[in-house]
Amino acid sequence: MLQLSLPGSETMEMQRRAVLARRRLLQMHFESGVGHIGGNLSCLDILLAIHHEVLSGSDQFILSKGHAAGALYVALWSAGRLCDDDLKQFHRDATLLSGHPPARGIDGIPFATGSLGHGVGLSAGLALGQRFLGQDGRVLCLTSDGEWNEGSTWESLIFARHHELNNLVVIVDENGLQGFGTTAEVADLSLLSDKFRAFDLMTLEVDGHDQAALTEALQTRPSGGPLMIVARTIKGCGVSFMENRLEWHYLPMNAEQYDRACQDIGEP
Amino acid sequence: MRQAFCDGLLRQQDRHDFVFLTGDLGFRALEPLREALGSRFINAGVAEQNMVSVAAGLARQGLRPWVYSIAPFVFARPFEQIRNDICLHGLPVVLVGNGGGYGYGVMGSTHHALEDYGVLLTLSGMEVFIPAFDDDLGSVIPLLFAAGHPSYLRLGLGEQPRSWAPPPFAPWRKLTTGNGGTIIAVGPLAGSLWGRCAELSESERPNLWCLGQLPLPQLTEELLRDLARSPRLVIAEEHVAQGSAGHALAMKLIGSRIAAGVLRHVTALGYPSGRYGSQKFHRAECGLDPDSLLAALTDEASV
Repeated sequence: MLQLSLPGSETMEMQRRAVLARRRLLQMHFESGVGHIGGNLSCLDILLAIHHEVLSGSDQFILSKGHAAGALYVALWSAGRLCDDDLKQFHRDATLLSGHPPARGIDGIPFATGSLGHGVGLSAGLALGQRFLGQDGRVLCLTSDGEWNEGSTWESLIFARHHELNNLVVIVDENGLQGFGTTAEVADLSLLSDKFRAFDLMTLEVDGHDQAALTEALQTRPSGGPLMIVARTIKGCGVSFMENRLEWHYLPMNAEQYDRACQDIGEP
Repeated sequence: MRQAFCDGLLRQQDRHDFVFLTGDLGFRALEPLREALGSRFINAGVAEQNMVSVAAGLARQGLRPWVYSIAPFVFARPFEQIRNDICLHGLPVVLVGNGGGYGYGVMGSTHHALEDYGVLLTLSGMEVFIPAFDDDLGSVIPLLFAAGHPSYLRLGLGEQPRSWAPPPFAPWRKLTTGNGGTIIAVGPLAGSLWGRCAELSESERPNLWCLGQLPLPQLTEELLRDLARSPRLVIAEEHVAQGSAGHALAMKLIGSRIAAGVLRHVTALGYPSGRYGSQKFHRAECGLDPDSLLAALTDEASV
C-alpha cells in the first residue's frame, strides 16, 4: 500500500488524489502497452501539486521531461482538463495524446517536448514575454535530473539568471536514474542544488512526493532570478517492484505486473 | 546589407510586439537598433540554442521575435530548436543569417553557410527570403512581419551597379533582357552579374532573372517565355546542390512539362582547392563568378 506522509484533513484530499491518479496512470499505460512508467510515477505528485494547487490565471507550465507525458495527461485529467475518454486515446492511432506532449490541440500544453534540454529555454521565453506584456503570471518548468547533461539547460539558466526572471520556476525531478545508468554513474552533477546555488539562485530542496511541501515550495517568490526546486523523488514511486529500478524507465507492464502494481497503490 | 537591415528594422521600432535577439553579434551595425529598442533588444550571448528557444517562447506569447547571428550560427547550431520549438508550432519567428554562402570569405569554412536555406526549407512552414540589393530590405522586412509563420532572411553583400536602380523586390525579377539564353541567379549573385550582362550586345546578353524567395515561387509568364525560347538555362546559387533552388526548379520544370533549354546548375562546391580566400575567390573556384557563368551559357563542354 502506498503510504504518503501527509498529515491533516487538507492533505487527505491530496493523498486520495495521488492514489486515484496513480491507478489511472497505471491503467492507461497498461492498456496502451506503453513503458516509461518509472519516470512518470516519480513526477506525478509534482504535476498534481502544480495543476491542483499552484497554476492560476495566466500561469503556464512546460513539461521539459516530455517522456513523462502520461503523468501530465493524468494530472490534466485529475484537474478536470482532460476526460476519461481522452486518456483512452493515449498512444492510439489518430490520437492527440502521443507518447510525448503534442505541439497542438491540448489546452495546457503550450509546446511539444520530448527532446531533452528545450523546456527551460522555452519557459524563459514565455516568462520574458509575460514581463514584456505586463502580465503577472508565472511559468513553471519541470525537468528531469539527467536532462542537466544537456548544455542547452545551462545556456538557459545563465539567460534566466542574467535577465532576473523571477517569474520562472524550474523544478528538477531528481530520481537519480537516467536512460542507461544512475545520474552519478553517467555524469555526476551532485549536488545539483549546489550548482544552482553557485548561480546565486534561490534553491529549495523538497520531498517530491509530498504535495503539501511541494505546494509550499512552489509558492515561494524569489528575487534576482528564477526559483529552483530540486524535488527528491523515487523512480517508480508507489510500486514496490518498480522503485529505483532502471528497467522501468522503459518496460511496459504485463497483466500480472499490473495487478501487483494496483495492489501496491491500493484504493483511494 | 547590414546597414540597410538595421535601417529597415528601425522603421519598425514602434511595434510593441517587436523583440530582437542577437547571439552577441552586430558590432558596428546594430547599435542604433539597440538604442531604439531598449529592453526589447536582447543580447542573448553566445548561446544560440537557448536564443531560439527563448524566441519560440516569446512568439507563443504573441510577440514577434527576430533572431540574429551570422548565417552558420543561426541555422546549424540550434537546428533542433528551430525544428521543434519554432516550426512544429508554426510560430512567427524570423531567423536572420548574415553572410550567407561564402559571405565571410577568408574567415574560413566554419563561418560559411552553404547549406542554410536548403536545410531550413526541409522544415514545415518555413519561408526563405534572399534579398539581392540593399534597397530590397525596405520591402522584405514588412513582408517578414506580415508572414505569421517561421521564416529565414539570408543577408549577403548587396552588389548593385551604380548606374541602375534595381526593380522593387519580388520573388522573381528580370534584370536584363537579351537573346543570349537565360540565367537565374539566387539573391546577391544576381547583382554581381548584372553589370557584366548589361555590357553585352543584345545577341549575347542573357535574360538575367533574380530569384529572391523560397520555396520556389510560381513561375511568371515572362519567365516561362524566356525559358521556352532559350537554348540554355543556367541556374546559379551560392549554396550546395542538395536542397537547392536549382533542384526545386528542375522538379518544377519536369513535373509541369515546361519547355526549357538545356539546364546547367552552378552551385557552391565547398573547397575544391582546399584553400581559403575572399567571397570572390570562392565564387570563382565554383564557377560562380560572372565570366564563368556567362561562359556556361555557351560552353558546350559544360553541358
